[in-house]
Amino acid sequence: MDYIIDVKDLRKEFTSHSSRSGLKGAFRDLFTRNYTIKTAVNDVSLQIKKGEMVGYIGENGAGKSTTIKMLTGILTPTSGLVRVNGMNPHKDREQFVRSIGVVFGQRSQLWWDIAVQESFRLLKKVYNVPDEFYNTHMADVIKTLGIEPLLDKPVRKLSLGQRMRCELAAALIHNPPLLFLDEPTIGLDVLVKLRIREFLKEINAKYGTTILLTTHDLSDIEALCERVIMLDEGQIIYDGALRKLRENWGEGKQIQFAFAEEATHAELQSLTQGHLVLWEQGGNASNWTASVENNEDIISAVIGRVVGAKKIADLKIVEITTEEIIRNIYEEGVIRNG
Amino acid sequence: MAKYMEMIRIRFLMMLAYRTNYYSGILIYSINIGAYYFLWSAIYGDKSSIQDLSIVQMTTYIAVSWMARAFYFNNIDREIALEIKEGKVAIEMIRPYNYLGMKMMQGLGEGVFRLLFFSVPGMVIVYFIFPIQFTTHPATWIYFLISILLSFIINTQINLLTGIATFFLFNNDGLIRAKRVVIDLFSGLILPISFFPVWAQGVMDYLPFKGISYISSMIFTEGFHGNEIFHGLLNQTLWALVLFIPIQLLWTTAKRQLIVQGG
Ligand SMILES: Nc1ncnc2c1ncn2[C@@H]1O[C@H](COP(=O)(O)OP(=O)(O)OP(=O)(O)O)[C@@H](O)[C@H]1O
Ligand SMILES: [Mg+2]
Repeated sequence: MDYIIDVKDLRKEFTSHSSRSGLKGAFRDLFTRNYTIKTAVNDVSLQIKKGEMVGYIGENGAGKSTTIKMLTGILTPTSGLVRVNGMNPHKDREQFVRSIGVVFGQRSQLWWDIAVQESFRLLKKVYNVPDEFYNTHMADVIKTLGIEPLLDKPVRKLSLGQRMRCELAAALIHNPPLLFLDEPTIGLDVLVKLRIREFLKEINAKYGTTILLTTHDLSDIEALCERVIMLDEGQIIYDGALRKLRENWGEGKQIQFAFAEEATHAELQSLTQGHLVLWEQGGNASNWTASVENNEDIISAVIGRVVGAKKIADLKIVEITTEEIIRNIYEEGVIRNG
Repeated sequence: MAKYMEMIRIRFLMMLAYRTNYYSGILIYSINIGAYYFLWSAIYGDKSSIQDLSIVQMTTYIAVSWMARAFYFNNIDREIALEIKEGKVAIEMIRPYNYLGMKMMQGLGEGVFRLLFFSVPGMVIVYFIFPIQFTTHPATWIYFLISILLSFIINTQINLLTGIATFFLFNNDGLIRAKRVVIDLFSGLILPISFFPVWAQGVMDYLPFKGISYISSMIFTEGFHGNEIFHGLLNQTLWALVLFIPIQLLWTTAKRQLIVQGG
């Protein structure tokens, strides 16, 4: 089996020297310095097949961006094997970078002072894209992302969401088979997010583009990725289907009550005594959420008892969201096996 | 190659967008030339020539060195330093081009812009104010053009070296400033090399700086004759080639230990 991304025991250590405090400390720093080693990526192994859309998630500082920088050949790994598109990102650099597209949500890759279309034109020359392909392909990209009216504006005059759509178009000028997106939806409004997701789905379907995506917005992952890889302190703690993650962790249901009058925690707890129910207060004292096991008998019993004792304005049964599942995992830091 | 030409064009466009900055530049350069003209007039007094240069040649030397400076001078060392500090080099590393080559082309775009919109009009203004003599030998013009192109290459290579040094020093503002002073002084911009003490001239022979300004200005003022011109151009060419070596070494090391700042 050929993998687009094939990584084995990838590791990145950062050495940084910590400064001693005070004048005396600064003086001592001149002679000997304290080094601390930070392992940002700790023996990560992963394989991604052509056409997959994979979500790469983890808390702040988990090592996601560092991994992407190594996969794109920007950083040299401390150790480990990396093969991307069948190449070592550090050898044949020019040939390698032609086969990938990259968007870093946090930094622009367009030229700040010139119009967007001038940047595109320069990139077209840089990647040697033939005219006919450029015209049809980019016309399509520009239309889907709705950036036509922005083309003659200098990048510094664009809003974040406008710029991000242009960044995405710029990353796709040479129609790369593999796309790395590091927080592409950071700070975007709902509509732009939806548009970007639709667009990614479309190019994935049309060209079989493989996409590795990091984000803190789990609805991006839910909308796009079958598979998630979860990183914690530089190590992979989960690699598999998003659905599976939900099945293992999201067994519970939540019952949201809106009472006609205020209720107290003690009062509700005594009502549902005998069942395992976790009561949490919502917006105010008359809104409460009960988290229970996903079992019809229990759900019916809890609702029955509460409704029998208190007046109800509204009632909703919801599944636990992925967001909450992920939050639980981050907090516990380990995966419970299902 | 097309991508490098495109980069020159883009830089040219960027300069055009901010062109008003340059009209004030012409004034500043004219004032500089004027100040040096009066200084040298006083020094010459009623001597007809010093170190084989007549007062007219000297004035021409000053004018042409400043105008050539507009062409070879650029701030790419500062730009590289900034791109490293802000982590923008990350983007440059994922482009299928040679980063340093691209930087050089940006410098060239800037140089060509300044040559056309700054040096040429500036030279016309200066011509009407000060006693300056333009040579009528076409060959001299050709040697001069080759020479300032080499000046550009040498100066830009030194800028690349100072720029890359940011990888190792992290904060190299001091180095950049020192480099600028050294170049203005030892390139012959402020004082022709032939005016330095003999031992210092010997030292200069082993440094690349005189290839930045002295040689091209001496060719233009016809202070160099016959073989001196070819020696000058040869000296410049050799330095342009030799400087590739430390750049390549430093760049390879820098890339290996590149740390990109920021998430
Ligand atoms: N240049 C550097 N020098 C030292 N440590 C670094 C450097 N870059 C990153 N780190 C450390 O490596 C770890 C991983 O950083 P990384 O940027 O990969 O996190 P991330 O998963 O992308 O986080 P976020 O979600 O906040 O973007 C962090 O603890 C960070 O402090
Ligand atoms: Mg990050």
